[in-house]
Amino acid sequence: MRFFEYEAREVVKRAGIPVTDYGFTTEASEAKQIAERIGGPTVIKSQVLTGGRMKAGGVKFADTPEEAEAHARDILALEINGHMPRGVLVDPKAEVAQEYYAGVVWDGTRKQPVMIFSPVGGIDIEQVAEEQPEKVGRRHFSNILPLSDFEAKEVIASTGVTGSALNKLVPIVTRLAKLFVENDMTLAEINPLGQLKDGSFVALDAHMDIENEARGRHKKLLADLGVGDEETRQAREATPFELAGEEVDATDHRGVAGNVTEFDGNLGLVIGAGGGSLTLFDAVRAHGGEPANYCEIGGNPSVAKACGLAKLVLQKPGVDKIAVMMSIVSNTRVDIVARGVIKACLELGYDPAEKIAIFRIPGAWEEEGFKILEKYGVEYADRSVSLNEAARRAVEKIQGVAP
Amino acid sequence: MSILIDAETTFIVQGITGREAVNLTRECLDYGAGAKIVGGVTPGRLGREVHGVPVFDTVAQAVEHHGAPIDGSVVTVPPAFTKDAVFEAIENGIKLIVIVTERIPRRDVAQMVELATLRGARIIGPNCLGIIVPDVIKMGGIGGPARNAAQAYTPGPIGVISRSGGMTTEMSSTLSASGLGQSTAVSIGGDAIIGSSYAELMPQFEADEQTQGIVIYTEPGGRMEAELAHWVTEDNSRLPIVAFMAGRFMDEMPGMSFGHAGTIVEGKEDTATEKIARLAQAGITVAERIEDIPDLIGAKIAERSAV
Amino acid sequence: MRADGTFIAVEVSDEAAADAALAAKLTEACPVDIYAQATDGALELVERNLDECVLCGLCLVAAPQDTVRVIKLYDGEACLAAV
Repeated sequence: MRFFEYEAREVVKRAGIPVTDYGFTTEASEAKQIAERIGGPTVIKSQVLTGGRMKAGGVKFADTPEEAEAHARDILALEINGHMPRGVLVDPKAEVAQEYYAGVVWDGTRKQPVMIFSPVGGIDIEQVAEEQPEKVGRRHFSNILPLSDFEAKEVIASTGVTGSALNKLVPIVTRLAKLFVENDMTLAEINPLGQLKDGSFVALDAHMDIENEARGRHKKLLADLGVGDEETRQAREATPFELAGEEVDATDHRGVAGNVTEFDGNLGLVIGAGGGSLTLFDAVRAHGGEPANYCEIGGNPSVAKACGLAKLVLQKPGVDKIAVMMSIVSNTRVDIVARGVIKACLELGYDPAEKIAIFRIPGAWEEEGFKILEKYGVEYADRSVSLNEAARRAVEKIQGVAP
Repeated sequence: MSILIDAETTFIVQGITGREAVNLTRECLDYGAGAKIVGGVTPGRLGREVHGVPVFDTVAQAVEHHGAPIDGSVVTVPPAFTKDAVFEAIENGIKLIVIVTERIPRRDVAQMVELATLRGARIIGPNCLGIIVPDVIKMGGIGGPARNAAQAYTPGPIGVISRSGGMTTEMSSTLSASGLGQSTAVSIGGDAIIGSSYAELMPQFEADEQTQGIVIYTEPGGRMEAELAHWVTEDNSRLPIVAFMAGRFMDEMPGMSFGHAGTIVEGKEDTATEKIARLAQAGITVAERIEDIPDLIGAKIAERSAV
Repeated sequence: MRADGTFIAVEVSDEAAADAALAAKLTEACPVDIYAQATDGALELVERNLDECVLCGLCLVAAPQDTVRVIKLYDGEACLAAV
């Protein structure tokens, strides 16, 4: 989960890294008060979880508190890439001598975190790495040995930085690495890390991502920052349809029937499991089908849950038929899913044979499952019919082409 | 032969009294020649039995009871306790650990993997279904109940490596239907950081005489496919590889994760398009459809043996 | 007594249904809560759970022979065989 800049700055500050005397607000009038307190030129920055805010007019400079208020009013009303800002950050306009970069990310291949440092900051680090590779230092560090200052020193020195700057930067980069580990971040980045005219360093912007799986052990931090449990901060906001999918999945603790993502096609998908869903979604599209949704069934859900998911998809406006398909199941039961999807049709007053374009789930308890499908006249397929072929048949049916 | 495990492999199940673990134990005991499950561990349950397998409070007790080093462990404890369980297994001399548990934070996984590396142990998973040597042994829930597993997996020349547990079975079943059995199939897990990647398992398959070709299932997210492409090029592998890439649609939706936690696309190199290009460059055939895999790998094996 | 779901029906002989000890046993045995006990101890069938039946046969094991029948409505009223 991505943090807003004002939250990331707070995390940085708590780690003992110097930050500017900024303020966050959702009110233009309060922006004026913050600017008065700062007493000098300020920068007003939109707080949105999307890139390109500078270009979009989400960052403005103000010489007076009145100007800060006016800019804050404009920015608070400015939508950027479909996102309305959470608020604005009012930041003193720092007299920066040089902009540096410091970051920590995971290296999934080496399976260790890696510190990244560059004396060229303020721009995208990937661009620096491409254009001036000698200006980017990288160093992995251990997951189990204690972190030591020399590691940051090495990575900074490798980029040619020396003198008092080096000695001032070592504790900052070390603290950043520590906060990355301790807070279960997947990204912790200070960019730019500004060196002021007096030689001191201050974090001017920060990007932080915390791993979703680890949120449970950072309840206090998240509560302090005012992040609610319900905030997922996905790349886009969850739709009401997707939220309803989460409710279905929460009906009981048995298995999964959810992870719903909304699309705007006419073929409803009741699919699984993780890899099977990805494969099937691709296959439907490869045959020219237009999925109404993505979802996942797995871990042997109850009949009620499979039924709830199928009902949700069947009731989605524009859905003509559903295709019920999974890769070979060994834990989830074919008969249980068959009962669930047929029940969904019956309860909504539909003929399962008409509404279910195809049922392709082979595997555990398939003999029982196929008996149920036969009784209701639903077209079904065993493992001799590939995922791809099942998807093709489903698409063909919904497009009304005679088989 | 096989990789990682064989008929003689002894292992324990940590968290054996959990609902899923009880089923998994039954499945492994029933499959093939019957797995040598020499004990189970659930703290506070010393003296119980699960399908005839004695339950202990600690791994050390299990090792002592067995009277010899134990080869492996299947770990099925909740995410908050997994790291401790894996450390316990490693520090008691266990060299092969299959982690079934899902939703473990990356930091914990990275710590487990680093300790394993220091101690010369190997981790498969997390968020995986384990390992199967057709008709011989399975370690983990892979393939499900013995009867279902026997339907999908048959012995033969293909090594299977997959980021999805279910797709390991789907692909193996497709291979089996075409008369191409498997030497060993490994479900390596769908998380961003896992104990054993494709490239890390390749030397094992390379050394296994039975294995003549490799089939892998891949997804967007991470650099594991790039690592494999690099390994294949550098090490001049004798084994032809066919890959299947799922989740191509995700390229249009950066920042979203589907299927498995590890599928989130964090950079340009993580996309399906980019990965397909890299794999192809390294001479790895990327199949458009699962049903094309048997012919593709069969032809590549024939081509190599003709040289 | 008999209760019918869409896919599964359960039939219990009247004599068995009145047996509080057996009712308790069935309630304990069923993993999907098809059986319950009324306040007077008599057996109740929970209709909304009937279709959750996993065909495990534990209720058939718990009850005396032929007193409980699990019927597959999708399979010509075939009865689940005791294991």
